[in-house]
This record gives sequence, C-alpha cells and structure tokens, in this order.
Amino acid sequence: MMNQLLDAKGLNCPLPILKAKKALKDVPAGGTLEVLATDPGSVADFQAFCRATGHELMESTQDNDVYRFVIKRLN
Amino acid sequence: MSGGATGSASANAKSMSIIVTKGSLDWAYPPFILATTAAAMNVNVTMFFTFYGLPLLLKKLNLQVTPLGNPGMKMPMMGMHMGLPNIVGAIPGVDAACSVMMKNLIKKKGVASIEELREAAIESDVKMIACQMTMDLFEYKLEDMIEGPTLGGAAAYMEIALKSDINLYI
Repeated sequence: MMNQLLDAKGLNCPLPILKAKKALKDVPAGGTLEVLATDPGSVADFQAFCRATGHELMESTQDNDVYRFVIKRLN
Repeated sequence: MSGGATGSASANAKSMSIIVTKGSLDWAYPPFILATTAAAMNVNVTMFFTFYGLPLLLKKLNLQVTPLGNPGMKMPMMGMHMGLPNIVGAIPGVDAACSVMMKNLIKKKGVASIEELREAAIESDVKMIACQMTMDLFEYKLEDMIEGPTLGGAAAYMEIALKSDINLYI
C-alpha cells in the first residue's frame, strides 16, 4: 500500500492540517499518509480532522518532540 | 487527478460564513485560519469582506499592526511579555517597525503568512465576496484585487448566512 510522507515539522497551526488535506488528494483510497509534526496542538487537530473528513487516524504517537500521525484515506 | 472533495457535493456538508471587517495584520489571521481549516474539514465557507476587511483582497498586501491603543498586545521580549506605552506607539515609524517584527516572529515560528493562507483559501474553493458598497465608499477598483472574489451586498450575504451552520463576525 502506498505510504506518502508529509514533513510538517516546525509548522504551526493550521499548516499541518492544510498541508495534510492537500497531500491526501494524491493518496489513493486505501492508501496512507504519514505526517510528522512538532505542533502539540496537532494531536487534537488531526483527531478532529479525521472525524470530520471520515479518514481513519491509524496512528497518533510521539517520539520526543515529534508527533507522528498515520492517516488512512477511506474515500 | 484530484480526488479530494471540498464537501460541496455532500448533502450533509456543513457551511460557515464569515464577515471580515478588519484589515490589520493581527485581525487578518482569525478569518483566514478559520476559513482554511473549515474548508479542510469539508465545510463550505463564504467570506464577506467589508469595510477595513476589504483591503485584504488587494493583490499586494502590506499588512500592519499597531501597539497603539492595543493594551492586550504584549510581545515576548527578553524573557517576558511586554507592551509598548501609547506615547511610544504614537511616534511615526513605530507601527511599521512593530509590523516588521511581528512578521519576522510569525515566520520564525512556522506560522503561515496571510498571503499563504489566502492562497490556501482560494485553492480550497472558499467563496470570497467583496462588499460592493465598501468598494465604492473607499474607491477601490476590482483590478487591484486578486482574481476570484465576486461583488455582493448585504442581501447576498444575508441569504448565505441564513443557510449557514456557523456565522461569524470578525
């Protein structure tokens, strides 16, 4: 399955979400987008974003100050 | 090529309207952040630019912020949050300097510029309406504005607002 990577480290709200939205357009249905971010607010933001858009937030983890999200495009 | 829907095709899509009435650098952020984020979440967004918000549609932006009469404005300086006394803010050139400093801080912190947010809004099909009355009042020409916004008045806005789930006045 195609896994795209979006490096949103150092970017502040709302850029991680805006760039993820744009990147997801190129992800086929069933594919995943991995997002790396340093914005702590992005944890809640990506949960809300996935709820609102119907995509699946498969992973939301933190390693030091880098947050890692894996979003599966469902539609 | 693009498979991402902006939500306009969905019957259940929520909608939001924003009246944008202010044109300073600090006040430009809330409407554009909300509009772009909502659009990313499949909300149909309309922005109505009126009065001092209208210049936010100009092709070339040079937004300014002032500490004068802005008691809530306290910037991180030397480990503290500091405000500038009004008497200093009133000196010619201080506004311009503060605006440059604010823009540098924004860039340094990885926050999007207004130009970037505006571009993202247009890309996400956020509908933008320029208040016709304000265009006349302050003698703005459509040629000076970016491509995309349509002209409208209060009734055009009102019809959209009546159908929207969220209506904001900023």
